[in-house]
Amino acid sequence: MDTLAGVALPTSRARAPFVPNLRRLRRVYSLVAIAALWQVGSSFGLISPRVIASPAAILAAFWNLLVSGQLLGNLAISLSRVLIGSAAGITIGVVLAVVAGLSRRGDEIVDPPLQMLRTIPLLGLTPLLILWFGIGELPKIVLVALATTFPVYLTLVGGIRSVDPKLIEAGRVLGLDRLGVVRHVIIPGALPAALVGLRYALGTAWVTLVVGEQINADRGIGYLIMDARDFLRTDVIVVCLFVYALLGIGTDAIVRLIERRALAWRAELPQ
Amino acid sequence: MSVLENQGVRVRGLTRTFGTNTILRNLDLDIRPGEFVALLGHSGSGKTTLLRTLARLDAAEPGTVTLPSAPAVVFQEPRLLPWKRVIDNVVLGAGVPNAQTRAIAALREVGLEHRTQAWPLTLSGGEAQRAALARALVREPALLLLDEPFAALDALTRMRMHRLVLDLWQRHGPAVLLVTHDVDEALVLADRVFVLEAGRIAFERTIPAARPRDRASEAFVRLRGEVLAALGVEDDARETPAERCRPTVSA
Repeated sequence: MDTLAGVALPTSRARAPFVPNLRRLRRVYSLVAIAALWQVGSSFGLISPRVIASPAAILAAFWNLLVSGQLLGNLAISLSRVLIGSAAGITIGVVLAVVAGLSRRGDEIVDPPLQMLRTIPLLGLTPLLILWFGIGELPKIVLVALATTFPVYLTLVGGIRSVDPKLIEAGRVLGLDRLGVVRHVIIPGALPAALVGLRYALGTAWVTLVVGEQINADRGIGYLIMDARDFLRTDVIVVCLFVYALLGIGTDAIVRLIERRALAWRAELPQ
Repeated sequence: MSVLENQGVRVRGLTRTFGTNTILRNLDLDIRPGEFVALLGHSGSGKTTLLRTLARLDAAEPGTVTLPSAPAVVFQEPRLLPWKRVIDNVVLGAGVPNAQTRAIAALREVGLEHRTQAWPLTLSGGEAQRAALARALVREPALLLLDEPFAALDALTRMRMHRLVLDLWQRHGPAVLLVTHDVDEALVLADRVFVLEAGRIAFERTIPAARPRDRASEAFVRLRGEVLAALGVEDDARETPAERCRPTVSA
């Protein structure tokens, strides 16, 4: 057994980097096959471009949108709506969560209305927002802000409340005043939960914007989709959906990067 | 509650009630500066309540409590802030900014100079408790409160911690109040032991023996029997002290 293991180990070690690559490659096979079938079906007229455009047409549409500047221009608009809206929403969520999480009276004042508002389906608010804020930028930004406020508020309040009271006591014994306890114990203790909320909030922000931009927008990725619908351009629609997906993945990756930095103390367990 | 320099702990007429439960009844207690006192008692005897009052985590009403200065506390769990590296936990304990040098010195004293940059979650139980000791002692407190700090450690680590605590106590000279369930631990470490029973001091004994103490000595075994009797427990080890005390021989 000993000699067997001794022989087997170096061999498997030498092969190790190669095997996973092959495996990862294998996972792509099915995707390539689907794309190929899709292309063949489209080329032979089995799949109507009214249902969905062919992969080649989609790539071409992507290239045209890119070259004409349409894609980047509308992307910038959508991106700025998400940034402004979620910045406002996150700020409001954090402030309200700190008020509700740190004082009982704050909780009594802030929590009931927020729990009530939370149950309203946000997209159902769109008609009201249009009546209040017109059809300009504001209703879209407000919609995104509302969508980000609640997840941040709920997770941060939960995070603040779940901080180990023994650690708060330890902080007090070390001579920290109330502000010191908040700074050194409560905020870092609530951070893991808050970052989960942030990830969820930014995901929701994009979903909300997709819908928001399809109603009375004259710019933005959502507008591009609605415009394409009017001209039966399924290729453009698919390109825009891909862009939305990439943006979602991108914001998620940014939050995960923040998590890896800010929560290094959790990840670095022995071995 | 008042704080006076160069004075020990003085508790007079301390009563604590929770609802209809009286935990401490008109308790008097003195700890001289630099004295090592161990407090024994069953669960629910009021040990923890007394310690929390001295730690100023609970208010002392009614009664008077005089302390030499803000006490430092080491709990049963290390209670290190997991998001601060070991060194930053100790710096926080120092209570002043830029206490890096002092913190490193404190960590060296507990044998953790190689773990200063570690995250607390990566420490072993013994290492974490030593870091907690460093965090408590870095401020040079006049009173150190130890709330069953060795209860969660394995037997060998516990014995090493006993020696470390004695060493640190002799070097820094704070008054120490050790709350423990372990009679042997109390008798090995303290100048004086007392037993709390239903919120009152039911038994008190000064231990004159020099340290390190021989657990197999006749005086030690006799004292243990007395303390256990005060706690209402038969001492099974009385007949065969040599067997029970074997671990100390190698130490």
